[in-house]
Amino acid sequence: MFETFRTILKRDLTLAMRRRTDLMTTLFFFVIVVSLFPLGIGPEMNTLRLIAPGVVWVAALLASMLALERLFAADHADGTLEQMLLTPQPLALLVFAKIFAHWLVSGVPLVLMAPLLGLQYDLSSEGLQVLLISLLLGTPTLSLIGAIGAALTLGLRGGGVLVSLLVLPLTIPVLIFGAGSVEATVSGLGGDGHLYMLGALLVMSLVLAPVASAAALRISNE
Amino acid sequence: MNNSRFINWFKFSSPAAFYPLAGKIWLWSTVITAVLMAVGLYLSFFVAPTDYKQGEGYRIIFIHVPAAWMSMFIYVIMAGWAAVGLVFNTRLSSMMASALAPTGALMAFIALWTGAFWGKPMWGTWWVWDARLTSELILFFLYLGFIALQSSIDDPRRADRAGAILAIVGVVNIPIIYYSVQWWNTLHQGATIKMGGESSMEATMLYTMLLMTVAFWAYSIATAMSRVRSIILEREKDTTWVQEMVREGKA
Repeated sequence: MFETFRTILKRDLTLAMRRRTDLMTTLFFFVIVVSLFPLGIGPEMNTLRLIAPGVVWVAALLASMLALERLFAADHADGTLEQMLLTPQPLALLVFAKIFAHWLVSGVPLVLMAPLLGLQYDLSSEGLQVLLISLLLGTPTLSLIGAIGAALTLGLRGGGVLVSLLVLPLTIPVLIFGAGSVEATVSGLGGDGHLYMLGALLVMSLVLAPVASAAALRISNE
Repeated sequence: MNNSRFINWFKFSSPAAFYPLAGKIWLWSTVITAVLMAVGLYLSFFVAPTDYKQGEGYRIIFIHVPAAWMSMFIYVIMAGWAAVGLVFNTRLSSMMASALAPTGALMAFIALWTGAFWGKPMWGTWWVWDARLTSELILFFLYLGFIALQSSIDDPRRADRAGAILAIVGVVNIPIIYYSVQWWNTLHQGATIKMGGESSMEATMLYTMLLMTVAFWAYSIATAMSRVRSIILEREKDTTWVQEMVREGKA
């Protein structure tokens, strides 16, 4: 079973590495969105410091939505997904491997880039640390929840917009606790509680989301 | 199951058998809605005493509160029907889920709208990022997502089942969303505006509220039934019983 997981993971990572522009699009989208806010709001450092956690988190959320479409679309188009549905291995495990690979190529770059963007907003070093940890805990949850939406909208017209409509309301808790943890740290309250909640959300979606996505994939591929 | 003393409820899981029953339920709940709504609105606007703190403006809560209750309740019912449809593969259950969604969305919208009207004179602003307001807004989005997903899938069976998964995921998420929003709000602003400001409710107000709640129930049932009838006709249009009915001019 672990062998299957590794095979899918390796395959998806190889494919992603062959199409590096896709990877860069998400990352640049993230960077550009975060850089747009000061232009819209004004260069007041005090204001920017205040909105930094929210801006970075919302941008990360939107960027991960942007990447979702690619999660199953290519495999669906060339028939690989159908073959995966037919394999004797549990589909939830295969889906989990795909989500994990997806997070490695679309989520991790965001996490690594975030502290740099936080510096633009003059976040304290403590704040930057918590931002990094919160994104590390939060972005996999976003990928997991998003996978359900991506699986449900597979092959539908206007799928990209629809995914956002379905998934964004469900990701609100992640956004609240993610941005909240940084905010609480900066204001001196301590963001531990928020990080624990993010961890809990991650564990819960780790258990439930692959199963739900697998069920959704079966429905989409009847 | 086929005990002669009891009605065989499973009979009504067939759309053909349910269609006439839905018509009867629709008729009766429409009558009940009309009567209760008329009485309830009269009581709300003319009989219920003026609130000593909030003045006349509070009267909108007789519409606001039942709508908010219904919006939450309908989502759970909808998810329940969707889950039954997914598990037992019964067509009618899924049709019920799709029939309930627009009414639920409407209720959420009414709750938000009347809430804004209430907020302007009471709080001095149309919108506050209060925990309840925010979670009601998110609930509205969840309804829209459900409707959008179902209407973008052409095959009705796939639409039913995809919608069911979304509704179930939504139901699991609603408590998490509600509590996270609440926590977010209390962390943000120290003094949260409490919606239930009154110390105790006057008896007339309470009865009026209950009456309006029953009226909203009846309204929701009536619209759901009328919508499920249309859905049944649309999906079963190739069957003989529908075609016979159309030929006789009954549909």
